Amino acid sequence: MDYWINGLMTPNVPEPKFDVAQPTTPPAAAASAAPVPPKPTVAAAPPSPAPVQPVLAPAPVIPNPLPHVPLPFKGVDYAAKGYHADATVAPDQVVFAAEQLDKEGLSLDTITGVDWMAEGQMEVVYDYFHPAKALRVVVRTRIPRDNPEIASIHKVFPGANWHERETHDFFGIRFLGHPNLTPFLLPEDADYHPLRKDFAQ
Amino acid sequence: MILKEQLKTEITADGAPRETFVINLGPQHPATHGVLRVKMTMDGEYIVRAEPVCGYIHRMQEKMGENRTYAQFLPNTSRIDYLSAMTYTHAFVGAVERALKLQVPPRAEYIRVITSEMNRISSHLVWWGAFLLDLGGFTPLLYAFDDREKILDLLEAITGSRLTYSYFRIGGLYNDIDDAFIKGTRAFVAQMRPRLKMYRSLVTDNIILRKRIIEIGPISKEMCRKYGATGPVIRGSGVPYDVRKVEPYSAYPEFDFVVPTFEEGDSMARYLVRMEEMAQSLRIIEQGLDKLPAGPVMAEKVPRVVKLPAGDYCYAVEAARGRFAVRIVSDNKEIPYRVKLRTPSLSNLSLFEEASAGMLLPDALALMGSLDLVIPDIDR
Repeated sequence: MDYWINGLMTPNVPEPKFDVAQPTTPPAAAASAAPVPPKPTVAAAPPSPAPVQPVLAPAPVIPNPLPHVPLPFKGVDYAAKGYHADATVAPDQVVFAAEQLDKEGLSLDTITGVDWMAEGQMEVVYDYFHPAKALRVVVRTRIPRDNPEIASIHKVFPGANWHERETHDFFGIRFLGHPNLTPFLLPEDADYHPLRKDFAQ
Repeated sequence: MILKEQLKTEITADGAPRETFVINLGPQHPATHGVLRVKMTMDGEYIVRAEPVCGYIHRMQEKMGENRTYAQFLPNTSRIDYLSAMTYTHAFVGAVERALKLQVPPRAEYIRVITSEMNRISSHLVWWGAFLLDLGGFTPLLYAFDDREKILDLLEAITGSRLTYSYFRIGGLYNDIDDAFIKGTRAFVAQMRPRLKMYRSLVTDNIILRKRIIEIGPISKEMCRKYGATGPVIRGSGVPYDVRKVEPYSAYPEFDFVVPTFEEGDSMARYLVRMEEMAQSLRIIEQGLDKLPAGPVMAEKVPRVVKLPAGDYCYAVEAARGRFAVRIVSDNKEIPYRVKLRTPSLSNLSLFEEASAGMLLPDALALMGSLDLVIPDIDR
């Protein structure tokens, strides 16, 4: 990579000077970047005997981050799971849950399925996130595997349209009331559902 | 060519006949950057309805996740959004580390941040060049690829790959960085700052660009929320949502950076967000090199055979295009039970149909370019 360090590729930019001075700093960065002198030989520093510490301190678990929402939310350890609250609801409650979380100002992250073939069930998982604070919410429900039908939430969150089509492609879950439940990622004549556990090539 | 049967006449509310016709933008069109097809119902030069048709390069990445081990799936994560491969790998290894309760050494976390931010700059540079190419300016692409080349060279030296890195491994990194990388990265940061200034005077302040994208394709806060749009799209609509700040991960809490936000919500706002983000990424890289701790780059007790405890694990990162999240469902086997990949481009494109209704076709292309789409990221 020497050819560009020597400035051959960029004739209109002055050749970089190593180990000399701080480069020109934009005004926004001036406060933080100016007082720190560059230390170009950090990699050669002797290994420190300090024990390995986690960079992030774990946040405390709140028993129910959404207490005023009439849904069975349980607080989850974010450091262990990656989300803050989890609720398992009845299949006919997903639209109500979407409306409630819409009122709370949450946004739809994604919709997906999990095929629990041994139990004869199909799990539908709705992920929500809050655009202003650290709040990730999971709403899940289970429907029978031989007749997977559930109400569509596209009227609450129009973004659910594509996620539901994708879930229909992959799992064959029918979203009732969906305006256009045609193959989304699979070919337009696809009649198979590849993420079902009994799918054979 | 427009076929006769594609012409439809309908009577509008005020009694005048309106003729619409359907044209296909893509799947092979220079403005769609890949194989995206948009079925456009046009009324003259105006769009009545633009419906994206996806799936032309669908590869069923999620099925691949279900028939190979965690380590074997790792290279796939670089190939979902090939322009921001570093951050995508980060989300996957992050989810596995979260499930295994592995503590990644600080040095590895710092190098992850530095390389992710370099990857973000290179991704934004491709967007910048390609976006302006869509708008009819060819020259900026050459400048952008010139600068990007330096990042690719630096990353190639430490990862062995120019695009699909797979540099992050479960528990740490593939290898440590060396003095040459640190020296080269500092030189790059020093070179890039005057370049960003030059980009501003050459392109951003250019009246042709401003007339072309200011007030074009406005997207409201509410529309972003309803469609789940993230990344520069939501930040261009005035919401300071950035996973690095809102749900901090890796070593990001130790860095001082600003989330650039613009209230306007038009294509110019999204343009400015990305330009400002490049400057912020340079700051992060510089701080990372200054504070880089010593020590190992791999956790000590990484199991040879990775088996996650039963349950589901999520990990979200801020990729160059927005929030990328991985959900792994495990049933305590060597192979995941389910891998869900939540990609930002899919949510960002899903609002296109609503946002583009009634626009002029060339303006809709400016809007589409400002969304920064990567088609394999949508189709997976």
